[in-house]
Amino acid sequence: MKQLFSFIRKEFHHIFRDKATVMILLMMPIIQIILFGFALSQEVKNTKVVVLSTTSDEATRRIINRIDASEYFDVVGTVHNSDEIDAAFRDGKAKLAMIFEDHFSENLKHTGKSHIQLIADATDPNAANSFMFYASNIISNYQQDISQPQSGGGMIVPEVKMLYNPQMLSAFNFVPGVLGMIMILICAMMTSIAIVREKEMGTMEILLVSPMKPMYTILSKISPYFVLSVINFATIMLLSVFVLKVPIAGSFISLLIVSLLYIFVALALGLLISTVTNSQLAAMMISGMGLMIPVMLLSGMIFPIENMPAFLRFISNFVPARWYIDAVKTIMIKGLGLGAVLKDVGVLLLMATVLVTISLKKFKVRLE
Amino acid sequence: MNTSENLPDIAIHCESVSKNYGKIQALSNINFDVNRAEIFGIIGPDGAGKTTLFRILTTLILAESGTAAIDGFDVLKDYKEIRKRVGYMPGRFSLYQDLTVEENLEFFATVFNTTIEENYELVKDIYVQIEPFKKRRAGKLSGGMKQKLALSCALIHKPSVLFLDEPTTGVDPVSRKEFWGMLQKLREQGITILVSTPYMDEASLCDRIALIQNGQFLKIDTPENIVSQFDDVLWAAKSDNMHKLLEDLRKDEQVKSSFAFGDSIHVTVDNGQLTVDSLKKYLIEKGHKNIKIEAIEPTIEDCFMELSTTQI
Repeated sequence: MKQLFSFIRKEFHHIFRDKATVMILLMMPIIQIILFGFALSQEVKNTKVVVLSTTSDEATRRIINRIDASEYFDVVGTVHNSDEIDAAFRDGKAKLAMIFEDHFSENLKHTGKSHIQLIADATDPNAANSFMFYASNIISNYQQDISQPQSGGGMIVPEVKMLYNPQMLSAFNFVPGVLGMIMILICAMMTSIAIVREKEMGTMEILLVSPMKPMYTILSKISPYFVLSVINFATIMLLSVFVLKVPIAGSFISLLIVSLLYIFVALALGLLISTVTNSQLAAMMISGMGLMIPVMLLSGMIFPIENMPAFLRFISNFVPARWYIDAVKTIMIKGLGLGAVLKDVGVLLLMATVLVTISLKKFKVRLE
Repeated sequence: MNTSENLPDIAIHCESVSKNYGKIQALSNINFDVNRAEIFGIIGPDGAGKTTLFRILTTLILAESGTAAIDGFDVLKDYKEIRKRVGYMPGRFSLYQDLTVEENLEFFATVFNTTIEENYELVKDIYVQIEPFKKRRAGKLSGGMKQKLALSCALIHKPSVLFLDEPTTGVDPVSRKEFWGMLQKLREQGITILVSTPYMDEASLCDRIALIQNGQFLKIDTPENIVSQFDDVLWAAKSDNMHKLLEDLRKDEQVKSSFAFGDSIHVTVDNGQLTVDSLKKYLIEKGHKNIKIEAIEPTIEDCFMELSTTQI
């Protein structure tokens, strides 16, 4: 036992004497949360709008006012022909153009039908989608209001409610994503590098020619990164609750249990990588290319899994972060309990068992 | 390690051990025994197979064929037992550079389930020299001090057999001399030492040596016997143009071999016609000036050169 404690103490020495790395590891979640939260926000706010309207009447004015009043849009001016619209888009002066047909109000009154053309700059398709959705909503709201007095016309009005995230805050999506990414980075990448460093430095040779049990070596190597991960988990939770105002809707204990399980899977992955590589660079490449990219692209953090081609959807099943992010969203955002994430927990448990078994089997008691 | 334990007289037993990496034969049919409390040297150039042999004996890699045993324990079956009782100092400095001298020693003591205090007597002579720097990080030590720390760490659990793979490579001459002095003291305490070195001059400090080249032992004997078995006439030759001298000597049919050796060329000749004077005459004809030729006593290196040329 004393062997183990002494070994663990040594590992903490290694980490804390490498001040640059510690700083990076502890600052990374903070920087990522702030970047995703403020700089890389996908939310639509103050989208610039230009209006083309040949007849200035009551209905057009009201609609324009409503658009301008909403926090999503900012009407920056009116234009007089389609060339000016083109120019506004090209110069980046507008992201959305609203074109009212001639005699808009009159047509609406007499025929009960009128057209507005919405033209969006879809360079960023996600943003275009969102603000198109908002604009259509505002217009249909207006329509509801004016059509109420003469009801009975058999009109179907969809009432949209955005459950769990009524304001469509992107933080609700990326906080679980950042959690999933940071854990993999710290646990898998750093653990594999730390173990491979012993091989590279030749100290593994001395450790092997000693009564030190391989299990102790593994435990001591992973323990500092386990601690670091738990600290980072706490940092991300605090930041998301107090800075980004993303509440933990479900039970914190369930969230903690799922996170610890995920950390465990990530550590096992790191261990596995360390058994198949002999240089720190190789360990970094494998965990970088082999883990980070799937976590970013195939976990549902950035691209919805439902939209992926069948093959990638199949691959995503093997990305632990996919299950973890799903579980965190369910518990943290939807506010459901452990019962609702049994499948995610089951898959993570299975992954942990398989990974630990393989890496213990592969952990060499000799040099080759 | 309990000193009252009945250890076999043969500390290291190695029988027809072979090892190859792909097509390269790293070791072929190595046989030798090392007696208890003996300093046994493995002498040979880089790439001769010294490190491979050490790794097989310290259970780090497996031999393709043959058997080996340390203190009677088989390197394959009883590797766990061997790892408890041997001390190993790899060729490369393999301590934690970011830990202090004291932390390194303490760590290796606990790894071997002991404490610095328990075996301080054994490492005292060595450790006192680096103790003033005990708060310094190991990576910041000089070559000689690193090596003393590494030896202290390998000794801290009082091993019965000590494996030192090229311990003096890259160490200054004074520290090298000191280091060999320490090894003599350790032997007096009953520790068996297997040491490898590319420096031929260190061979004479061993009790017995094995000359190794291309994965084969050329000879195993005491340094004295190896030197006395050298039966050729040996001369050291010098002239103004050493490079041309070597070429001309190699052209002479009566010269058996000639090798550059420090500032002179060592020449072996067939017992017989060639004398120092006739060789001098031949060299003067070739245009050499300031020729000096004298008979010398052979060293281990001369024997190594002789053995390696006859065997290949």
